[in-house]
Amino acid sequence: MSASMVMKDGRVARPDNMSVSNDAGGPRNQGRASLLVAPGEDLGESEGHEAGHGVLEMDGRLRATKHGRVNDNGTEIAIEPLRTAYIPRPSDLVIGYVEGCTNNIWFIDIGAPFNAILPMSLGPGKAAFGGTRSIMDIGEAVLCRVQEVEETHSSVVTMKGMGLRKIRSGNIEQVDPHLLGRLIGKGGKALRQLKEDTDCRIIVADNGRVWIDGEFDGIVSARDQLKAMSDDAKSIGVDA
Amino acid sequence: MGGYGDVQMIDENGIRVDGRGPGDLRPVSIETGVIPVADGSARVIWGTNHAVAAVYGPMECHPRKIQRQDRAVLDVRYNMAPFSTTDRMRPGFNRRSREISKVTADALESVVLLEMYPRCKVRVEIEILCAEAGTRCVGLTAASVALAHAGIPMTDMVVSVASGKINDVVVCDLNKEEDNYGEADLPMGILPNSGELVFLQMDGDLSQAEFQQAWDYNMEAAMVVHQIMVDALKGGDA
Repeated sequence: MSASMVMKDGRVARPDNMSVSNDAGGPRNQGRASLLVAPGEDLGESEGHEAGHGVLEMDGRLRATKHGRVNDNGTEIAIEPLRTAYIPRPSDLVIGYVEGCTNNIWFIDIGAPFNAILPMSLGPGKAAFGGTRSIMDIGEAVLCRVQEVEETHSSVVTMKGMGLRKIRSGNIEQVDPHLLGRLIGKGGKALRQLKEDTDCRIIVADNGRVWIDGEFDGIVSARDQLKAMSDDAKSIGVDA
Repeated sequence: MGGYGDVQMIDENGIRVDGRGPGDLRPVSIETGVIPVADGSARVIWGTNHAVAAVYGPMECHPRKIQRQDRAVLDVRYNMAPFSTTDRMRPGFNRRSREISKVTADALESVVLLEMYPRCKVRVEIEILCAEAGTRCVGLTAASVALAHAGIPMTDMVVSVASGKINDVVVCDLNKEEDNYGEADLPMGILPNSGELVFLQMDGDLSQAEFQQAWDYNMEAAMVVHQIMVDALKGGDA
C-alpha cells in the first residue's frame, strides 16, 4: 500500500519530495570519504554503479540496508557495517571451539549463526570410529578453515592444510569481525607492529577470534591493545 | 472509548492539557548501545514513555518447528515491566502483549531482509519501563533502531506514531489522558523513505476527513522522529 495515493499533495512523504533525496547524488556526493548512513538512506542513482555489500537497488536508485560507512570505489558502492554478525565464507580461516561430537563428526562453534561440522576424514590425525573425543574433546579450541558453506548456512570446516591444528597454548580473544581490517592494517602493517611490540605469535582468524601466544606480559599487552581498539571503534567519528 | 465526552482536554486556542498544540509531538530522544551484551540495542524516551529494545542474532532457530528453510524468522517479544504503570502490571505474557508482539513482528518483517539468513532467528526484545500512552509505537520505533544498530539488513526503518481525536479535534501523539478519555486513536507504522505503511490500527471512530488529518499528522511526525533515529545511529553508542 502506498501512502502517497491517499494523502493530500504537498504533505506526501514520497521519495521525490524528501530532503535526503532532493540531491541527486545522495550522501555519497558530499565530499567525505567515509560517510555514515542508516538503513533506508538514499545513496543516489544506481546508473553506473554496482550495489555492493549492504546496498540494494530499488527503482533505479541505491539504498543503504545497513548501518555503516559508505565505500565508493568508483564502480561499486558498498557499506562497511559498524556491527554485523560473522557469516562464514569458503576458505575463511577460523578459530572454533568443539561444541559436541558424534562417532565420526565434531561440531565446531565458529561464532556464526550455525555450528560447523568437522568430519573425521577432515580432522587431525587418525582415529578409530568412535574415537573423536580422544583426539579433540568438547571445549577445546581449533584452528581450521571453512571448506564449504551451503546456502542454508550449514558449513563444513577442515583441518587438513598448512598450520591448521588444535590450539594448546596461549589466549583467544574476540574482536568484532568488521574491525579485522583495522587490526591488520594496510598490508599487514598494524598487525606486524603489534607482533613486534608484544613479542607474541598472533593469528587473526576471519571470524574475529584472535589467538595470541607468547610470554605472559606480551599476551596481556596484546589483549589491552585489542580492547583499546574495539572501544575506540565504538565511538563513532573515528575513521576506520 | 467514549463515555467521557464531557472531559475538556483542549481549549478554544487549541492548547492541550500538557501545553502542546494539536500537531505537536512529545519530546523524543533516542540512544543506541544501551545493552552492551546484545548485538544491537536502543532506548527511546518519548514523553514519559521509556522503551528499551535489544536485538540478538541472527542465530540458530529454536524451536526447530518455527524454522524456515528460505528465510529467517523474527521473534518479537513486547513486554511491559510490572512497575511501568501506576496500577501494577501483572508480569508475563498476556493477550495485549501478544497482540502487540505480533503486529510489531509483522511491521518489521516487511523491512528486514530476512531471506539473507535462511534457517536463522532474529530475537527482538522490547521492554516498556514506563508507560504513558502509545507504547506500541515507542516499542516499534525502538525495535527498528535496535535492528539497525545490530547490523541487520533492512530496506528502511519503521517509524511509528499515533494520532487521535479528543473533544472532536484531531491531535497528534496522544498522551495518557487523551488516550484514556479521548474518542479515537490511530497508531501507524511508516517507512519514511517511501511513505509506505506497514502497520495501522484504529481504536474508536474517525470520519474520513478526521482520518486524513490524523494521517497527515502521523506522516509529518514520522519525518521528525526518523531524523532523531538517524541522528542517534550516527551519533555513536551511549
